[in-house]
This record gives sequence, structure tokens and C-alpha cells, in this order.
Amino acid sequence: MARFVAARLLHTVLILFGVSLVAFALIHMIPGNPLDILLPPEAPKSVVDRLRSEFGFDRPLYIQYLSWLGRVLRGNLGTSVFTGREVTHELLRALGNTLVIAVPAAVLGFGLGIALGAAAAFNYGKATDRLISAFVILGLSVPHFWLAIVLVILFAVEWNLLPAEGMGGTGGFPTSWDSLRYLILPVLTLSMIPMGVVGRMVRSTVLEILGNEFPTALRAKGLMPRRIVFHVLKNAAPPTLAVMGLQLGYLLGGSILVETVFNWPGCGQFMNLAIFRRDIPVLQGTVLVLASFFVLINLVVDLVQALIDPRMRR
Amino acid sequence: MNGSTTLPPNRVDRGGPAQPLLLVRGLKKHFPGRRRLFGRGREMVQAVDGVSFSLAKGATLGVVGESGCGKSTTARLLLHLIRPDAGEIIFDGEGVGESHGIAVRDLRLQMQMVFQDSYSSLNPRATIADIIAFGPRAAKHMHRRQSRERATHLLEQVGLQPALYAHRYPHELSGGQRQRVNIARALALEPRLLILDEAVSALDKSVEAQILNLLFDLRRELALTYIFISHDLNVVRHVSDRVVVMYLGRIVEAGPAAVIFGEPRHPYTQALLRAMPSMDPDRRSTAPPLVGDPPNPIDPPSGCRFRTRCAFAEAVCAAVSPELGRVAGEHEVACHMMVPGSGHSRTGCGQ
Amino acid sequence: MADITALQPAATAADAPRGAAGRSYWATVGERLRRDRLTVAVGGVVLAIVALAVFAPWVATHDPLDGSVLRRLQPIGTPGYFLGTDETGRDIWSRLVYGGRLSLFCGMTPVLLATAFGGVLGLVAGIGGRLLNSLVMRVVDVFYAFPSVLLAIAICGVIGAGIANTILSLTVVFIPPIVRVTESLTRQVKSRDFVEAARASAAPMHAIIRHQVVPNVLGGILVYATSLVGISIILSAGLSFLGLGVTPPDPEWGLMLNALRQSIFVSPIVAALPGVAIVVTSLCFNLLADGLRSAMDIKLPT
Repeated sequence: MARFVAARLLHTVLILFGVSLVAFALIHMIPGNPLDILLPPEAPKSVVDRLRSEFGFDRPLYIQYLSWLGRVLRGNLGTSVFTGREVTHELLRALGNTLVIAVPAAVLGFGLGIALGAAAAFNYGKATDRLISAFVILGLSVPHFWLAIVLVILFAVEWNLLPAEGMGGTGGFPTSWDSLRYLILPVLTLSMIPMGVVGRMVRSTVLEILGNEFPTALRAKGLMPRRIVFHVLKNAAPPTLAVMGLQLGYLLGGSILVETVFNWPGCGQFMNLAIFRRDIPVLQGTVLVLASFFVLINLVVDLVQALIDPRMRR
Repeated sequence: MNGSTTLPPNRVDRGGPAQPLLLVRGLKKHFPGRRRLFGRGREMVQAVDGVSFSLAKGATLGVVGESGCGKSTTARLLLHLIRPDAGEIIFDGEGVGESHGIAVRDLRLQMQMVFQDSYSSLNPRATIADIIAFGPRAAKHMHRRQSRERATHLLEQVGLQPALYAHRYPHELSGGQRQRVNIARALALEPRLLILDEAVSALDKSVEAQILNLLFDLRRELALTYIFISHDLNVVRHVSDRVVVMYLGRIVEAGPAAVIFGEPRHPYTQALLRAMPSMDPDRRSTAPPLVGDPPNPIDPPSGCRFRTRCAFAEAVCAAVSPELGRVAGEHEVACHMMVPGSGHSRTGCGQ
Repeated sequence: MADITALQPAATAADAPRGAAGRSYWATVGERLRRDRLTVAVGGVVLAIVALAVFAPWVATHDPLDGSVLRRLQPIGTPGYFLGTDETGRDIWSRLVYGGRLSLFCGMTPVLLATAFGGVLGLVAGIGGRLLNSLVMRVVDVFYAFPSVLLAIAICGVIGAGIANTILSLTVVFIPPIVRVTESLTRQVKSRDFVEAARASAAPMHAIIRHQVVPNVLGGILVYATSLVGISIILSAGLSFLGLGVTPPDPEWGLMLNALRQSIFVSPIVAALPGVAIVVTSLCFNLLADGLRSAMDIKLPT
């Protein structure tokens, strides 16, 4: 086990390295001189010179990369070209806002997904199964930004129950029902795809397990149905965990569309603005942080999987 | 093909009847397992550890042993599907893989194998005719029509009507029919030696009988030499001229079939034969033929590998590995009890 | 040797001769698909959508780019504009139909390209030795570290908007998963007995790959690629929604959603229509992929 953990950690470090390379390379993928991209043509020479020396564009590529990496590891993700403020600070704030909707969406989506997937599998072939499966596949075919629009149309425009956009309040976790109202639609929207993916995975995994003989053997031994369900779910855990990890990553990265619709000041919107303002340092920083988050989540999932199921330890 | 006067180049007999078709010396294969903790290198699965035998032209060599004794690995080593770690294979006087010897590719044109699992050894996406024709087309660059004709001819030879079976797919055939196809496929390249790795083990008894009959006929018609690997002793006794008994990667006894089955000398062979089910009420026994657990090929016992289950094991058996030694005529046994002066107390007693 | 009592030679088995040609695996799959009514229906819908898009000039009622502010945001059922008009007065139905062209194109092309490129890469990685495999798979892992939406947006954000860039970025997003699936399938097939038998027949490697490996890997890749089309359509619509994909005034479903967003208070149903098109198309592809997977999962009788 220790060997597996060590190998996996090494692997993760290598991947993070690769991720940083890609993030760094973003600015150089754009055709043309990076300086021209970062600054308007009328920028005064002093600004141009300062930026050139700060970014080190006149130095060889690998030195640029190493110095950038060094800065990043010390927590400095650069300065926003547009606002002039520290990227790190802004990003963390935006990330917090995203987590406010992402975490509840994950909990809701995973919980519903597991419940529905298990219910469908245990009632295989019957109406319950068909209904749930239809619901799940619908959830996967719906573009969530469209769903967001539809929900807004229904709840905000037609029935005027919930606010159409914005975060309400000053940020951070909502503390009152009033600011909680702003949360409901975004969380609901975001939870759809994780629910669909997890539900589908749980259903097919549980079906596969039920197809084996050991549940029948447990029943023959006289075990109560409730305990059998528990055993089956425990066996279904590893692939489901893997999928949940992936979905967490998706929630962090894919929230950009939902945040755009709801005008939610999370890191998705942060990135959106950065793209339109051509604010490359912000883009680099956001991509780097989100991707690294994803890699770490996957590492945790792998380790937990290996803990539960010894067969996973290569 | 059948009946032609000139043999294709891969069927030319180079050494005459006296030269063994196959001579194997010291064949070894160790598979790396997991890494040991604390940097002691890797665990090694000693699948085949020093196998030597010779095979005369036209004969059938039976290879018996329990699961995990290395029979299938040996078969794959002969065909160079797995690279041997040590040892030499000499085919009709030419060393395999050596600079002046025979290349692996040419070896494969002379030596073919029939696999055990008839279903998984056939490409599910190809027709029977395509499966049989694949070898000649791909390896010998035969034209399509020619290879098709060959496939048709072979189907007839193995007893399947080409009109009915050539365009079928493997999943439409029964187990016996698939084994016939396997045999036809193996014969497509006109080999001289056929290795049958548990080729009939998965078949029903009646079907098994048909296939064995087919194999007898083919051996005669095509002047083939067989290596017949099986764990079923009755079948091996029936088909083999010479028998080799393997245990945990080594040969423990070798000799003519009649001798091995009539007067087995090695304790393992004796135990195996005692375990054979018999209709003869005098030969039945309820005592277990072997005591102890089958040892781990990763960590085999030192010296004689059978000693942990042998009723006659002594100190010398743990210290020294017995070599395969001649006992009488063509009969060889690897046991200290057969060697006078080995240090074993029971030498010369003979069983 | 003594002859074992000969029984019926070449037992004909329970099946009576079915004629000269047997039923191939794909023919069996085709038959199962035909019997699956849901998949057939869904397939029909997909064909209808594709037909509408292809024959857009004949099916549309107006020029999709022709708008007049006087006509803006007419509701459904307006004579002449039966699905209403958008925020600049263009006919929704015509824009939907023409938009289908771009949406389908941007949805299917990346999957095709990624399958071609990623399939070959996965095949090579699956067949090649440990070094080659590690090299390819580690690089794939790095790209896998980015959530797909993030990667698509980042690439498009950097290289700019436009159809070509959208296709490029989506292709890059889809290559890693296809490589993984292909590599895994290839490794499984490679270890099957019949491939070993083919190696034992002294056939050259390229013949083995072509005749033994590829036919057995193709099915799985096909199913996976089909399931990706549904996702691709949504992703490309999402990119256009953010302004990173197709640029106005070209009609495209995602772009239309974005433009109509402002109008949800005025004409909500019209604003939601492009989304319906996306949902239906994506749903059909997902169901098609599911149907294909079930049809291919036959437990073939022995």
C-alpha cells in the first residue's frame, strides 16, 4: 500500500508539472508578440518596458517558465493586466463564491444520483427503472446553461418566486433566507449533470454486481435485504467514487456557463471576463489553480479507492 | 499439398529419421512478479526451470502434470511466443534463433499449436475460411484464391463440409467443430510438428473421441509429429509414444508410455497414477495420493521440489536438486532414490 | 493405435444448414438494432434533423440573416413566422434550421477528427511496448487533468473564436478520452488467444493488427464516439453561448440562446427554443449510443 501511495504521489507531481507547462504555454499559443496582446498599442513605453522586464519576455523560454513557476509556487499568480490587482487575491475570492454553489450542487447531485441509480437497479426492468433511466438520460442531454435559462424563465419571470440573477448579499456563505434564495436555482442547475452521470454509473455498476452470484448467495444465507443492499453498494463504491471525483472537477471548471447565466461572481465568471479582456495572467492563474484542484481531487479519489478495494493497488 | 511429390521448403527433412525433430536443453523461463519490499529485487515466478527432452520424428510426446507445472509455458517457449531466459531449442539439427540456425519465423512455419479454448482462439469477427486462410495469406503471401482453396481443402481434411462451414462464424459452431477449425488452422502452414495444448480437455467425452480419431488419421496422412499436453492421464496414455511428467517447472520422469504407466519410478508419477479414477474395484483407494499443499512457484522448495509432499523425503532432498538420470533404456527419473551414492537411504530399493 | 469407437463424423450440431453464408457479428448487431424500436425511432429523428439541416435552403421560410427591428420578438404563431422572431427580427424557424448546420457540424466534426487521431494513437499505445505506452498515456494524463469544459474554454479563449478554432479546441478535448478507451480495448484484445494464435502463425505484425485487432476494437470505439457526439453538440453550443465559438450573425443554436437571453422577460418561449433543438439532438445521440451498446453486448451462444 505504501508503495502504491508513493507511486501515485510521484505520478501526481509529474502531472502537475505538465499542467503548469500547459498553463504557462497558454500565453505563448497566441499568435503574435505577447506584449502586444497584453497591452493596447498606445501604451506608454514605460509601461511596456516594465511589463517586459516583469514577465521577462526577452529571456529564453525555459527561464521564463522557471521564474514563472517559482513565483507561482510562492503564491504569486501575477497581476491582472486589466484591474492591476493581485490575481491570487481575486481568484481566491471568486473560488470561494464558486464553492458556495458547487459544494451543495455536488452533495445534492451525488446524493440523488446514488439514490436514483440504486433504486433503478434494484427495480430493473420495471416501470420505476424505466422512469428513472429516462430522467437520468434527459438530465445528461440537457445543456445546463439552457436549463438555467428555463428555470429562470419559470421561477423568476413567470412565477416570480426566486431572483433571476446575482448573488445577493456581500459574498461568502449565505446566512439568511433572503440570500439563500439566490442560491437555489444555480445549485439546482449545477446538480443536474452530476446527478445524471453518477446515477447512470451507480445503476450499471449495481446491475453488474447483482448479475454476479454473491448477492444471491447472501440471500440464501438468510441475510436481510437491507444488509444485502449495503454490501452491494459497498462493492459499487470504487467506480462511483471515481466518477464523483471527475464530476467535482467538472463542477469547478464547468460552472462558468451557469455562472454566466446567473451572473454569479464565481471563478467561472472571473475567467469569462478574463477571456474577453484578454487578461492572460488571470486566465493562466485560473486554469492552473482549477486544473491542480482537479488533479488533487483525483489523487484523493484514487487513494480512497485503493483503501477500500485492495485490487485497485496496482 | 496432399499427394504432391515435391515438399514445400518448410517440410524438407534435413537429418533423416535418426535425428530428433526437436531437441530441447535446459529451457528456463522466470517471470518477474511484484517487487519485493526493502529492495531485494523482484519475486520471480519460476515457471519453467531447466526442461530438457528430445522428440523423434513421427512420434507423439505426451506431457502431463498438474495445473501450474509449466506445461503451457513450455509450449509457448517452444514456439517462441515467450522468449526463453536460458536454454536451447534445436529443430531438426538447427538451433532456433542462432545466427547459423533457423529463424523464429521459419520455425513457426514448421511448428504450430492447437489451443485449448476453442472459442477464444478464433477471431470472432472473421469467417471460418478467413481464419484458416489468414496464416498462408499473411505469412506466406499466398494469393487470395489460392489460400481460399487451401482453406477449403483443409476443412475437408478435418471433416467439415466446406459448403456448410466456410462462411460461418465461430459463434455458430459447436465446441467440437471449433476444435476442428483450430486444427485446420494449425495445419494451414503445413507444419511438421503440432503442439496440442489441452486441445481436447474442454470437450465432451464423445466429441473428444472423434477429435482424437481425427488427430490419429492426420498424423498418418501428413507425417506429423505431435506434442500432446494434457492433465488427463487416460488420454495421454492412449495417444503417446513417449511421456514426460512435469512438476513445478521441472521434468521429474520421462520414458516410453508403456513404461511410465506400467512401472512408474518417481513418487509423484506414482501418486498421479494412483489418483486416476478406475473401474477396477481392486485399484480403488480412499487414501489421498498426495499430502501437503502444492507449493508456490514463486518460492519453490530448495533441492527437489517435490520433497514437501513426498513420503520418502530426506535431508539430501532439501540440499541437492536431483538431475534427470537414466534408469533403464529410455527411462529417465529425477529422484535421489534412483541414484546410488546420492546420500538417500533408499537407493537401490526401486519401487 | 487402437481406434476409439467412431461416432457420427463431423456432427452437424443442432442447427440445420443455414445456407452458405453465416451471420456475421455485425449482421447480428444490425438485426438486434432493427428490433429495438426505441433506437430505430431515435435513429429516424436523427436522420430527420440531419436532413433538415442539409436541406435548410429548401426548408427555411426566410433568409436567416434578414432581420428588421419592426418585427422583433414576435410570438409563436405569427403568420409567416410560425416560430416567432428573434431580437433583431429574424425568423426563428429559419435560423434554427440553418443553425442546425453549424451546430451539427461543430458537434460531429471534432468527434470524427478525434476518433481518427486518437484511435490511431490509442492503438499504437496499446500494441507498442511499455515505453511507448507510458509515453503516450502520461501525455494523455496531463490533458486529462483539465476538466473538458475548462480546457475547451481556455483554448478558445486563447486562440480566438470562430468555427475552425471551435473544432480545433473540441478535437483537442476529445482526443484524450478516445485514446484511453482505445488503448484499453486494444490491450484487452491483444491478450486474447486468437491474437496469440495469429502471432504463432508467423504473420507480420501489420497483418495481425489489420485483421485481428482492429475489427475487434472498432465496435467499442464506435459506441464511445457516438456517445461523445451528444456531449460535443452541447459543448460547442456552450462555447458559442459564451461568445467563443461561432460568431454573429451566423446562426447557431448556442449563439441564439445567448442573444435571446436578454429577451426572456419579453418572449420566454421563443428564447428557449434553440435550447429545445439542442436537447432533442443531444438526447437522440445519447439514446442512439445506448441502443448501439445494448445491441453489441450479445452473449453469443457457444
